[in-house]
Amino acid sequence: MEKPAKTKKKHGVSYAKWGYIFILPFFITYFIWSFVPQVLTFGYSFFKMYRSGLDQIGPEWNGIQNYVELFTTKLDGIPTVVKYAGNTMIMWIAGAIPQFLIALLLAVWFTSFRLNIKGQGFFKTVIYMPNLIMASAFSMLIWTVFSVTGPVHSLFVNSNLITEEFDFFFNKVSARSIVAGINFLMWFGNTTIVLMAGIMGIDQSLVEAAMIDGASSIKVFFKITLPLLMPILTYAVITSLIGGINMYDVPFILSKGYGTPDNTTMTLIMNVQQKLSTAKNYGSAGALSVLIFFFSAALSLVVFKFFVPHDSLKNMKKGGK
Amino acid sequence: MANTQRIERADYLSKKGRVMLMISRIFVYLILFFLAFLCLFFFYLLIVNSTRSHAQLNEGFSLIPRGNFLKNLKSAWTDGTVNIPRGMLNSFIIAISSSVLATYFSALTAFGIHCYDFRFKKAAFTFILAIMMIPSQISVVGFIKMCNTFGLTNNYLPLILPSIASPVVFFYMKQYMESILPLEIVEAARVDGASEFYTFNRIVIPIMMPAIAVQMIFSFVASWNNFFLPGMLIDKPERKTVPIMIAALRSADYKKFDMGEIYMLILLSIIPVVIVYIFISKFIIKGVAAGSVKG
Repeated sequence: MEKPAKTKKKHGVSYAKWGYIFILPFFITYFIWSFVPQVLTFGYSFFKMYRSGLDQIGPEWNGIQNYVELFTTKLDGIPTVVKYAGNTMIMWIAGAIPQFLIALLLAVWFTSFRLNIKGQGFFKTVIYMPNLIMASAFSMLIWTVFSVTGPVHSLFVNSNLITEEFDFFFNKVSARSIVAGINFLMWFGNTTIVLMAGIMGIDQSLVEAAMIDGASSIKVFFKITLPLLMPILTYAVITSLIGGINMYDVPFILSKGYGTPDNTTMTLIMNVQQKLSTAKNYGSAGALSVLIFFFSAALSLVVFKFFVPHDSLKNMKKGGK
Repeated sequence: MANTQRIERADYLSKKGRVMLMISRIFVYLILFFLAFLCLFFFYLLIVNSTRSHAQLNEGFSLIPRGNFLKNLKSAWTDGTVNIPRGMLNSFIIAISSSVLATYFSALTAFGIHCYDFRFKKAAFTFILAIMMIPSQISVVGFIKMCNTFGLTNNYLPLILPSIASPVVFFYMKQYMESILPLEIVEAARVDGASEFYTFNRIVIPIMMPAIAVQMIFSFVASWNNFFLPGMLIDKPERKTVPIMIAALRSADYKKFDMGEIYMLILLSIIPVVIVYIFISKFIIKGVAAGSVKG
């Protein structure tokens, strides 16, 4: 044992070199394809640079004017950025509430010894599947099915639930609900599996002890399972929130990128895309991106504070390696 | 374990309790079947509609398959405006290259941090964890500008190369390595005169194969489904990927299109992933569960 340790020390320096060599590609790639674009985005946000017809305007220093314009350009009396942030959050929350409630229920049911659910493999396979489906294809399918010429529309008309003229995608409530519904369908299976993994990590003897002491399963859930699940639930909520803020594919396909009806399904990232594609407005799109970054960072912090009580934070630190 | 549980269960389940359990089980199964139905219904509808001709589709809602599957497949495959075989080939090239790069280099980075002691090891690890949550969308402005400046629009490199730095894949590899790769193996290889690269390629990679396979599937699917960046970078018809073609269907003039063909195109875009999933779903679900448990 002594000898190899000594040789290792001798060659310690040369081995350390290999550590650097092996992690180098990651960092070079990150620098070129993520860090530089981030810095550029931040930089452009202070410049006036866009295309007006065939003329290129700028780049010319603009200070915080791009940011000011995001809040002074109004749509229906609301600053555009606030409106789009609102749309994004409404659609995320409308999908995330059922997503997390159902995922929690399913995770508890699947892991319950008492219920002893059969066919778990089948159910898990089926509910996770939508997560792997191309979001644009899924949205396109839903659009075809719900459009005025589609089967669901004709089914609703035939059962007198809607009139012939009603278009699911030109009504604020139904258009947003469809976006939220697709997000829910795509993600509740994933969340279920993540939460199940979390519940299975909980020491079952705690649950059994409480059961023997006469606690009801509802009480066990709220007093034992849920508090111990908090760290992983927080992680799941934050990931979902960040995904929600960056929502793009589904509302883009459903509304052809216009956020119809009346910009009520226009999300923040769709707006970035719009600024980039039509006017090549790197300045304004950059400013919006920087805001989205701080918005997601701030919201993650809020979720973190809200969901993790102080004592379980302590537990997490103790438990963490 | 199992025995004691059975005894306990028999203990606290009186007759009334057993009836209650029965009722709650029925309730749970009903909800489960409803959710499973919800997940499968639209795909069933998609498959059924892809077997119906345009005229049959105009008749309205139906759940009975018809016999036009091959006809729709032929018209979708040979369509003049939507070149789906080309799109699938393009998507496949991008997805395969980026999943190979993502898994190989993530394993390499994880190996570098796991097996070597160097000064910035901790800092490097913390840094990767910190950037894990940053969404790529927020840097898209600079990304697009950079690609325009260097003439990389309609090029696949900006869609493939960035996957070398995949923090999430790295994290999974690192976790897996900690549980399965003893440092003694690396030292034994050294004693036998293997170079560090040889050790990684011939000893570590084979040991890491289960993790690499899982992450390759996830990276492949993510790349295959990716719409945001390719949609902004690619406008040449022959370079378009599947999601862009599907999105273009939405903007196309609907009255000119054969609806049976539209359903078939959607089916074609998701079928590779679904087929792979049907065969290895257990494996994938285990991967999701393992990736989520941290620390």
